[in-house]
Amino acid sequence: MSFEAAYSGLGRLDRLSYRDTVVHRLDPRAKVVATMLFAVAVVSFPRYEVLSLLPLFLFPVLIAALGDIPAGFIAKKVVAVSPFAVFIGMFNPLFDSAAVAIAPGVSVSAGWISFASILVKFALTISAALLLIATTSFPGICRGLRRLGLPALFVSQLLFLYRYLFVLIEEAMRVVRARDMRSFGNRGAGMRVFVRIVGTLFLRTVERAERIYGAMLARGFRGEIPSMRRETLRPSDAVFMLAAGGFFVLCRLVPVPQTIGRLLGGLAG
Amino acid sequence: MHMADALLSPAVGGTFWAGTIGAIGYASKKLKEHLDDRKIPLMGVLGAFIFASQMINFTIPGTGSSGHLGGGMILAILLGPHAAFLVMASVLTVQALFFADGGLLALGCNIWNLGIYPCFVAWPLIYKPLAGDGRNPRRILAASMASGIAGLQMGAFSVVLQTLLSGKTALPFGTFLLMMQPIHLAIGVIEGFVTAGVIHYVRAARPEILDSSASSVPLAAGISLRNVLIGFLALAIVTGGALSWFASARPDGLEWSIAKVTGKGELPEQQHGVPAALKGLQERTAFLPDYGFKSPSGEPKAKKGEAPAWPAVDAATSVSGLIGGVLVLVVAFGIGWAIRAFRRRSIP
Repeated sequence: MSFEAAYSGLGRLDRLSYRDTVVHRLDPRAKVVATMLFAVAVVSFPRYEVLSLLPLFLFPVLIAALGDIPAGFIAKKVVAVSPFAVFIGMFNPLFDSAAVAIAPGVSVSAGWISFASILVKFALTISAALLLIATTSFPGICRGLRRLGLPALFVSQLLFLYRYLFVLIEEAMRVVRARDMRSFGNRGAGMRVFVRIVGTLFLRTVERAERIYGAMLARGFRGEIPSMRRETLRPSDAVFMLAAGGFFVLCRLVPVPQTIGRLLGGLAG
Repeated sequence: MHMADALLSPAVGGTFWAGTIGAIGYASKKLKEHLDDRKIPLMGVLGAFIFASQMINFTIPGTGSSGHLGGGMILAILLGPHAAFLVMASVLTVQALFFADGGLLALGCNIWNLGIYPCFVAWPLIYKPLAGDGRNPRRILAASMASGIAGLQMGAFSVVLQTLLSGKTALPFGTFLLMMQPIHLAIGVIEGFVTAGVIHYVRAARPEILDSSASSVPLAAGISLRNVLIGFLALAIVTGGALSWFASARPDGLEWSIAKVTGKGELPEQQHGVPAALKGLQERTAFLPDYGFKSPSGEPKAKKGEAPAWPAVDAATSVSGLIGGVLVLVVAFGIGWAIRAFRRRSIP
């Protein structure tokens, strides 16, 4: 991904996270826990399960729809990060060639089914993770993680990183653009120049950190970034977590598509 | 290479998350003991620096392909192991959230693979002894190379272990290793060069940064650190061994018992208080020779350790399953589409 593309994706996701919808108003802890439970539920399906995973798409779909997150944006990002999983999963059809009949007269090797399972699980878990950050501001997630018990030092680290991420990315972008404008063809893109760019950035970073520290000291910094928000769990958060958790357990224990299929078959005659 | 959720099992993912949380807690505690507040914004900004640097590509000489910085070793050299680990963990967390790099369950594995090995194994055991006082550029180059290569090899091997223990891939161990290790050897060499180059640059421009960081890490703690590292390695080995037993024994029993529960629980439920159509369906399906449930879930028990070979699945049940699957997808996405359409209409 090019620098500009990565940066604009970052910015858009960040802007989406500050909107105000029913999903955005849920407590960050509830959303983090629900997303983690979702991931655990999805990966707990055995390697050849594909159909029973499909009802779980309701979770990301509902979050995206109620949270007013553009579906195409999420889908594009899922595809963009799929290479590693696709690359590893691709070998399943090659190494696992036991034949399985999936419909009258149609048989495929079991490896394709496990590959499909990997792809479906990938789409589900990645979209859920993206939707978490799209519907919860990063500082909100950090506050939630702090309330869930993560060490204060690490949470401060996350908040500082976030705060200065955009500043440093813009600075890096300026340097990279300068490099690109001065390198005819590929001449400047080698390791030598890269090392010097990184070294310069690092020194600027250290000096900036000194200035920041001084400024924060002058404003009463004492080691932790305080927050005025009193975040308490509300009934809507509890309802959300119970409904989500119950839905995941249901999908895990009951093969929903097969049941629906048989019901339809019975009704049709 | 980042792990992905789709390749993990809950047991492996959960175990490495537990290890990572433990490591974060340990590093935070250790850091708090001799931390001055000045380091807190520095760590944050350095995290942003590593993040931004990872977005800059450079061409690798000779191959034409592009590479980018990892950063674990540079952080360990500049900040010491505990702070470097926290910074790496924070960078990977932000990447997992904003760039969907792997997923939230795999984040535990990624922080372990890309944070523990460079900061707590390669830096104290390889870089520090080789680099000595840090003034000889050739020793720094050798130390960076060795520790960079070692850290990445350990990380890559870790990914292979985690994927295989999860059991979602059909790749044999040897083939997977042959794919991962050589690539990461090359990446390690590059990382070693870049790390040495940056350290050299910083030493030339502002040597006091390196001197102060080198002295701020109490070397006396190295003794207990070694014990901790041995403990980590032992934990990893024990976990791996225990997990391989766990991973192969449990799912079979679990699937079998779930099939037993749903196979029994569903039939009587649908006979009570349900319209006649469903009752008729039940009676009809009871006449089918193959019960839809038992064949897919029966064989994991039967063929432990063999190449999985499904008996021919009853075509009728699989077709109905496929139809049900399509219907489920249509309903799920239809609900989403309907909500959006409703929203748009209600906005004046």
